[in-house]
Order: sequence, then C-alpha cells, then structure tokens
Amino acid sequence: MISGAEIVIRCLQEEKVDCVFGYPGGSVLHIYDALFKQDDVKHVLVRHEQAAVHAADAYSRSSQRVGVALVTSGPGVTNTVTGIATAYMDSIPMVVLCGQVPTQYIGQDAFQECDTVGITRPCVKHNFLVKDVKDLAITIKKAFHIAATGRPGPVVVDIPKDVTAQMCEFDYPKTIQMRSYNPVVKGHLGQIKKAVQMLQEAKRPIIYTGGGVILSDAADKLTQLAKKLDFPVTNTLMGLGGYPATDRQFVGMLGMHGTFEANNAMHYADVILAVGARFDDRVIGNPEHFSSEKRRVIHIDIDPSSISKRVKVDVPIVGNVADVLDEMLKLLDGGCKTDPEVADWWKQIDEWRGRKSLAYRQSNHIMPQYVVEKLYEVTGGDAFITSDVGQHQMFAAQYYKFDKPRRWINSGGLGTMGVGLPYGMGVLMANPDAQVACVTGEGSIQMCIQEMSTCKQYGLPVKIINLNNGMLGMVRQWQEMFYSKRYSQSYVTSLPDFVKLAEAYGHVGMRIEKPEDVEPALRKAFTEHKDDLVFMDFIIDPGANVFPMVAAGKGLTEMILAEEL
Amino acid sequence: MRHIISILIENEAGALSRVAGLFSARGYNIESLTVAPTEDPSLSRMTILTSGSDDVLEQITKQLNKLVDVVKVVDLSEAAHVERELMLIKVRATGKDREEMKRMADIFRGRIIDVTESTYVIELTGASTKLDSFIAGLDAGLILETVRTGVCGIGRGDRILKV
Repeated sequence: MISGAEIVIRCLQEEKVDCVFGYPGGSVLHIYDALFKQDDVKHVLVRHEQAAVHAADAYSRSSQRVGVALVTSGPGVTNTVTGIATAYMDSIPMVVLCGQVPTQYIGQDAFQECDTVGITRPCVKHNFLVKDVKDLAITIKKAFHIAATGRPGPVVVDIPKDVTAQMCEFDYPKTIQMRSYNPVVKGHLGQIKKAVQMLQEAKRPIIYTGGGVILSDAADKLTQLAKKLDFPVTNTLMGLGGYPATDRQFVGMLGMHGTFEANNAMHYADVILAVGARFDDRVIGNPEHFSSEKRRVIHIDIDPSSISKRVKVDVPIVGNVADVLDEMLKLLDGGCKTDPEVADWWKQIDEWRGRKSLAYRQSNHIMPQYVVEKLYEVTGGDAFITSDVGQHQMFAAQYYKFDKPRRWINSGGLGTMGVGLPYGMGVLMANPDAQVACVTGEGSIQMCIQEMSTCKQYGLPVKIINLNNGMLGMVRQWQEMFYSKRYSQSYVTSLPDFVKLAEAYGHVGMRIEKPEDVEPALRKAFTEHKDDLVFMDFIIDPGANVFPMVAAGKGLTEMILAEEL
Repeated sequence: MRHIISILIENEAGALSRVAGLFSARGYNIESLTVAPTEDPSLSRMTILTSGSDDVLEQITKQLNKLVDVVKVVDLSEAAHVERELMLIKVRATGKDREEMKRMADIFRGRIIDVTESTYVIELTGASTKLDSFIAGLDAGLILETVRTGVCGIGRGDRILKV
C-alpha cells in the first residue's frame, strides 16, 4: 500500500513524464513530499502558476508529449485558468493536477477552496474531481488518455488533500476503455476517394492547413501530398511549419495578416483542401464575403464539430490528419493526374506574388521586420520561436520562415499576452540543446516577466527579442487606422530599464538602438552568450505597422497593403 | 424549428452542468430539460427541448457528442417518436368553480390528486400543447401554482437509444 501522493508520482513515472511545472501550497504538500523522494520526475518551480501551465503547454507544443503542471488549490488553480484556456483554444494535450481542500471541507468555503471543476469546466477537454483514493490511478490514466487522443486538449484532475494521504494498492492500467469516449482515427474511405477525385479535377486548387497538421505530426505526409499534386499551400498562424516556408509551393500565411497571394489564392480557389484548420474569423474574415465565391471544400478534421461550423463543406472527412493523408497518398500512388489548367493558376499566383506584399518601408530607426529577418539568418532558420501577442507576433510569423513543425510556439486561438517567456522555458525543458528565441514586445513581456527568475534557477537560456516601440503596438495600429488616432491607453510610459532588470535577475541585458547593431548583437547573443538568458531590448520604429491587413469584418481580398496608406 | 434531443450520459457528478454549460456558452436555447437515471444506474437519460436552424442543430449534436461523458445523442424529432410532459397544477376550487375544475380535469383526462376545502391539485400528462391548452382553458385567476416536468420522449418502434 502506498499513499495517494505516492500514487500521483507513480502515475507520472508510468506515463514517462520527465518534467512537471508547478508551485507548492497547502493542499499539495503530500504530493510535493512524494516528489522530493524520487528523481525520475523533475520539477520546475515557476514564480506564478500561470507560467507553470504555459510552460507545460509549450513543453507539449514543442515535443508532442503531454505537458504536466501541478498547483495548489484556490488561487493556485485560478491562476492557471488563463493558461488552461490558452491550451484549450489551440488543442494542446496537457494534464493539470490541482490540490483541493480535504473532501469533508469541500463546499464549506474552506481556506484556499474554490470550485476547480466548475471554474475550469468551460476551458478544458475534460476534468475530474477524485473523491476516493481507489479512483486516483485510473483517473490519472484517463486524464492522459483523453488529453492526448482525438482532438487533444487540457484535462484537469482535482485531488483533495485527504485523498493524497490515504493508502491504497497501486495498480496502473496499461490501457483504458471508455464507452463514452472513442475518438475516430481512420477517415471514411469513400469520402477520401471522392476528395482525391475532386483534387485531380481542380483547376484553381489550394491546400489550406492548420494546427491539426502539427498536432498530428503529419507535416511530412502533407509535404509529400502537396509535392505530388504540385498545388499551392498556405498555412494558418497555428499551422506554420506544417509545410516548409522556403519551398516554392508555399504562398505564405493567410488571414488577417496573410500575404496578398495566400489570401487571393484562398478566395479565388475552386477547390480548397482544408487540413486540420477551422476557417476561423482571423483566417477567412467575413464569412459572407468568403462564401460569395463558388467553390468546393474538402475538410479533414478529427473534430466533427469543426466541420461545416463556419463554412459549408462539400466533402467532410472526419479522422486523424496523418491517417487520412496517408490514405490519400496511397490512392494517388496509383496514378496522379491533375488538370493542365493548374499551370495558369500558378501564373496567376506568381503575379500576385509579384506584388511583394511583405515589403516594408525603410527607416533610420530599427524596423521590427528587419530584426526578425536577421534573427532568421543568425539562427539559420532552425530556432524555436516563441511569441507573445500583438504586432511582434505577426512580424515573427510573417518573416521567420518555418521549415519544420513544432518550431513556432504561440497562442493562436486565445491570443494570450505573456505566454512568450514561459513558452521559452517549456521548449527548453523539452529540447535542452535547442536555440530558443522569444519574440515579444514591451507590453507582453511584462505580463510574465517574473519568470526571468525561474530561468536563472534552472539555467534556461531564452533569448528575449523585445521589439520595444513604447506602445501597445497592435492596439495603437487599430487606433491609428480605425479610431482617428485617438491613442487611448496604448502608450506605455514608465517602462523599466530592461537591461538593468535583466541584470538584476542575474542575466545579460542589451539595448540595441541602431539598425547596423542588430545583426552583431544577435550574433553575440547566440554565440558568446549561448548559455545565458539574454534580454535584447530593440528600440524600434514606433510607427511600424503590420501589413497586409484585412480589417475586422472585411473580406479576404479587401486587404490593406503597405503603400495604400 | 423545435427539436427534442435525447442524450445518454454517464451518471456522474457534474454531468448535467457540462451539458447546461455547453448550451449557455455556445448560445443555444434550452426550453426544457429533464434528467434521471435509466434502468442502468450508471447512465442517465436527458431530454432537452431546444430550437434552432438545421445548422445550429447539427452543431448542437456534434458539440454534445464531443463531451467526454456523453455516450449517445439522438435528435428524436427527426423521426417518429412519442413525447409526454407531466404537469401538476394547483387551482382554487370553491363555489361553482369547484365543479367546473373537476369537469375540466375530466375533459383533459387529468386526475385530481389532492383535495382541500378550497383547492385541487390536478395531475395532467400529455404533449406539451395539451398542457398549454389546459392552462389556456382555465380562468387565470384560479391558478395558484403550476409545475411542469418538461418534455421527455422516446422513439417509436425499432428506434432504440441504448448503449
């Protein structure tokens, strides 16, 4: 017989969890005691529970394994909610273990009590309250199973303190069967055949792929399929790296800040192959405008509720992206004959490309786009790039050419400012030797800046690329364009001296103010200071805006381009 | 369009709140909801009366199926089914109204299940429209209290919702 706390740790060992991000407190003291007595599961002590969940989330995004966070009851749990919702929106597999007050105190407004299951319910794939130690191991097994299968997502397990003290035999099931949960894997073969036929008849095709390709580890299969068909490919923000960005067939990211060619190709295509993407508002803009063009849509997604949610689909295929693409490749191996008119379509796309929609104005100040371009060069295009939310995020997505999946780590769905630094920590725990840069801004970075302390403790050499324009840039951009330049609360005064701040935490700080200093500074950070966290405060042109731009409520082809202003 | 959704769901704490939370979070209507365990106590059967376009209904069933505790979902109103609702209604039954109430109950095949000097409690079962008609047929001033279970329904013949 072992205690519930020991069971928790044994379960983590059985799941081959090598790292947990967390913060101790009253109701998880037994678990922390059990954690202390072993070495298999490493613990990273964050400075705020929100960061624990973000780090576990990035651990998962960058490695395909399930991220794990451990927090105490009450405020420990409420602090995790932003992180859980972030992971939920992007379908990231994660298990969050939460302490709870002892079962006999539940409902009595005990110290550090909150209704964890109730508070997290709308932003988890599933959650559990374990009331009996006999259910503990099987519940944790279920949590890992649910988090990682089907459309992945975060699962919360709420464990009252008395349950962690009770003794029980430990028996960890190898597999689990749940009558109410049996996600589809294989796609319907008839539908797949229909799709393959439709693709070969297409005259103006586009392959539009999202986060599902990354989550399903299907980047190679997608690339093979696209190559076989010689069709243009566009990625969503979440799908970057699903297809090599440096390849000729890649037309760039689409959507609100997508390229001219990607948005036009998407809009005027006669057949869209949507793979693990969900036609959300930031991608297709106004759905009525989008639907004005006649086209046929094939949609592969593991979640049936994503299909025909915003855009009517002609050939729905429910299944795991990798499995479905596999079937498509097999069918095309028997002979792939695409329509000769596709050549004209490529001519049209090249004409759109000629518009060079990512060209940006030059300035005496450092342009943020330039910093990202240099970052790409200095890191050989092979770094993990984490990001926060705002202009810098879009610049990173547009100018860092991701050739591999799981290298672009950002909060796409929820758009959570503050994730960048803890994401960097999570990536480094999963990929200890990787180059990791956090492209951020002076607004976002301050939302989880306390984690510089965690980075010091565990020697996590994140390179913080702070694109500092002294403004909440994206808010400022919208105010400039749509609110007659009334810059309400978007100007950040009293910024800290980030160099001194980095130094105070024991790190290296740099302030870069001239364009010619950008590249040498980056080189220095990634060579001389390879093993240090370097806070690089780039003072950028305060007027830089993100283009192209599809204003909210507008159609995909109604882009505002850089020179049009 | 009016739809009756039947759900088989694991009989676990919080299962009801997952369904109710889904409806409110996604802006779907719940006109009535009934839930109770089935012959297998580990399963509950829930009946939800909702309304919406075909697209909305498609999303409702897909989203319900996505809930980990949900075992099966069916839109009963898609095909032949029977539906019933139970109402208990307390009415003033004095003077000439006392006889009138008895007569109304008889016409609607209701039963009087509680009697005092001045009140009746009438039990009435049927389609929701029948209960509505009963209420409409009474003098509103005589109705003291109304309680309705909401719709429950079952498919006709071979349409069976079971694990």
